[in-house]
Amino acid sequence: MASLLKHAVFQSVRRFPTLKGSLKVNGIRCISITSFKLQKYFSEKHEYVDVKDEGGKKLGTVGITDYAQDKLGEVVYVQLPEVGSQLEMEGEAGVLESVKAASEVFSPVSGIVTAINPNHADKPNLVNESPYDKGWLFKIKLTEPEELTKLMTEEAYLAYIKTIE
Amino acid sequence: MVPFAGWEMPVQYKDSISESHLNVRANAGIFDVSHMLQTKVSGKDQVEFMESLTVSDVQKLKERQAVLSLFTNEQGGILDDLIITKTEEGYLFVVSNAGCAEQDHKLMQTKAEEMKKDGYDIHVETICNALIALQGPAMPKVLQPGVDFDLKTMPFMTSRMAKVFGIPYCRVSRCGYTGEDGVEISVSSDRVEELVTALLKSSTSDVRLAGLGARDSLRLEAGLCLYGHDIDTTTNPVEASLLWLIGQRRREAENFPGASKILAEIENKPRRKRVGFLSTGPPARAGTEIYDETGKKVIGKVTSGCPSPSLKQNVAMGYVESTFIKTGTKVKFEVRKKMVDAVVAKMPFVPSNYYYPK
Repeated sequence: MASLLKHAVFQSVRRFPTLKGSLKVNGIRCISITSFKLQKYFSEKHEYVDVKDEGGKKLGTVGITDYAQDKLGEVVYVQLPEVGSQLEMEGEAGVLESVKAASEVFSPVSGIVTAINPNHADKPNLVNESPYDKGWLFKIKLTEPEELTKLMTEEAYLAYIKTIE
Repeated sequence: MVPFAGWEMPVQYKDSISESHLNVRANAGIFDVSHMLQTKVSGKDQVEFMESLTVSDVQKLKERQAVLSLFTNEQGGILDDLIITKTEEGYLFVVSNAGCAEQDHKLMQTKAEEMKKDGYDIHVETICNALIALQGPAMPKVLQPGVDFDLKTMPFMTSRMAKVFGIPYCRVSRCGYTGEDGVEISVSSDRVEELVTALLKSSTSDVRLAGLGARDSLRLEAGLCLYGHDIDTTTNPVEASLLWLIGQRRREAENFPGASKILAEIENKPRRKRVGFLSTGPPARAGTEIYDETGKKVIGKVTSGCPSPSLKQNVAMGYVESTFIKTGTKVKFEVRKKMVDAVVAKMPFVPSNYYYPK
């Protein structure tokens, strides 16, 4: 448990920059985060999926990485998949429009879309302001959980973006 | 950095494209446009020479005055757009697009050789200077301390040689590609860094380097054409809504390249025309098909489009059939297989801020 907590805190600090302050002030708060085992995976196309286990099912929250939002510039329009639609790993899931260009979002995993972030209609730049938290794009019920082994850990992803800089 | 026409082009600096864009509208930005082709046309038959290749009344230009022009071909298509300046030093200063540099250079050289054989006096040489654009309402405040003449005496579309922040032989032209007040400064390439550093040091205004990404969204808001997108050899000046570039004298004399085709187009009314569009939702980019209001009939194609950082809605330009060009006409864009509402709108989308002395 101790090791689990330590692990989760380490990840949370990076994952939820907005919580960083409160974690330092009050370590107990982070326990609520660890109550479901969140694990973040990254694709080479700069999407992430936060995966949690719920009743034996794997549910993911998908967004684009901080690196990707920075490269993209201010997002002014977000097009998301329809709830209930079936996505394939690396299949097109949506489009982010910046002043410069339209960039496709690819689903990092196969599954069925269970929810989309409704806030992007009014505030598409949440993708820039809070890519790992408020700027998530859609939630997905994983149909091929073994695909996660093909994705990168945060550490591997950070090393990966250094190689493409 | 992105490669283009043999150059490494700065598309974006530290600021995002929107930040750069809005800073040019509010303060000032510096663009490195050194990739553009700068040509010096001299000799006693320089005016006749430039008129033989373009649609402008070059004869009418006063010293220091500049004009936006077009190279056209015999079919009436547009080969490139350019700016011709009549300098007080006795030559024509011509700036044209990097993407067409090779073609423009060849066009001018070939014509010059031809005319020389017939006894004309023409010299065409490439000016290997850097070209820096300082654009935005704060331009006068930024530049005035560095020049020894009053910028208030220099209207839009005029040009003069000057010493700028101690650097001699800079050609300062009050023009640009943003819709804002601004200058383009042609400067010796070994002193361009010194010039840019001096401009960036301005204590009066927030001057920042701006990339070509912002330049594109700025020119689009200003309703200005990008060669290769909005105009090319398949478009003529009439359908491109650039008839105003053809000098009245030239029109009457019917003696510019492609004159018979272009003048016939005015007579017969063009089949399609370039207009502007506003829309919300997903922006339409170049290549997007335009439908009529029912969404059943294709009536044209978008040639440039982006979300407008100033207006917070999407702007675009494109060609539609002539029955759909009236401002306010409702149309539809097909963006990723979905129909998006759009409306024909007047250009410029953002009012221009060119300087004319009162």
